[in-house]
Amino acid sequence: MMKRDQCFRVLASHCPDDVVVAVYSSAFDWVRIRPHALNYFAVGAMGLASSHALGLALGQPGRRIIVLDGDGSLLMNLGSLVTVAAIAPRNFYHFVCENGTYEANGAHPIPARDKVDFRGLARAAGYPNVHRFDELGSFGRDIAGVLAEPGPVFVDLKLVPGESAPADYDSLYAASRRDAFRQALGLAR
Amino acid sequence: MTAKPANPLATITGPPPSGPSIIAALKDAKVGIVLSVPDIVTSAGLLFPIAGDDGFRLIRVCKEDEAVGISAGLSYSAERAILLIQYTGLLDSINAVRAVAVGYKMPIVFMVGLLEKEPGVPPRQSALYGIRIVEPILEAMGIEHHLIETQADVVRICPAIEAAYSLSRPTVLLIGQRPLES
Repeated sequence: MMKRDQCFRVLASHCPDDVVVAVYSSAFDWVRIRPHALNYFAVGAMGLASSHALGLALGQPGRRIIVLDGDGSLLMNLGSLVTVAAIAPRNFYHFVCENGTYEANGAHPIPARDKVDFRGLARAAGYPNVHRFDELGSFGRDIAGVLAEPGPVFVDLKLVPGESAPADYDSLYAASRRDAFRQALGLAR
Repeated sequence: MTAKPANPLATITGPPPSGPSIIAALKDAKVGIVLSVPDIVTSAGLLFPIAGDDGFRLIRVCKEDEAVGISAGLSYSAERAILLIQYTGLLDSINAVRAVAVGYKMPIVFMVGLLEKEPGVPPRQSALYGIRIVEPILEAMGIEHHLIETQADVVRICPAIEAAYSLSRPTVLLIGQRPLES
């Protein structure tokens, strides 16, 4: 298992200016590690991160779109794997932060956490490139190659909380972040 | 053979909307992407023609709330999209509509078939519970909505979509009866 903050530090060094859609505990860690106007947090309905990201990928084909999904979140929207695979956007990179729990809601276990195979689900849905990492050394060695593959790419990250950032939802979901995101994409309001 | 008696609640008169005129209105509103879960009300008159129209990119989704998220992401681009779904899917997506479309003031446009609504009957007066509650729910959520029941209503589509994007707000277009195929 990797510590989430350590894993994200490695990832952030490979995507300094990409659009990143992150949810819940991952979002709090990510925004501390990579504060950036191209972080996207409009995911107030749990499970929709990959769907928001698919819309971004379609609307911004020249940018790499990275999703830091949760395992509990993805379970709420498993059909999105099929939709993404059908559209097959080449700029879509779907990371699932698998910690086996609904961490933001009391750390209760997800259903079948010792049985469900997220990488297998993605492969069966039609993602052509799927990966799993549970050790920081191999993640650090291979992540550049993974991000160089054409999307859609699916990456299952086996994680435990590390040094977790405080959960400040008001800041995360502030309208000013969406305005900054729009501005960073060069869009007029 | 006796004629079927007219529904006394059918107070909206006029021919059903034509599918081609609705599609033309979508093009006038610069809609290029249609996100859809099939609905029998709009299947023949809208979804099949849209699927074969090079002027649209049709994205078939597995569940309606997915389309809310996709449309939200698309709103950060020049692309305009609509969700072409059934009212049951709208009801199933209420939390996404609340959080994403209303909460974040997103220009998300829904075209919603009112399955089995009686032709000419205002939705609130339908015999069907599911139909009766749609408009009150939208009003409780503060969502702009329009009923497209007859051909005369089609002129409302383009301005409604333009307003959704210029004011950045969700809008629901309720399709009250099956659009004609020609």
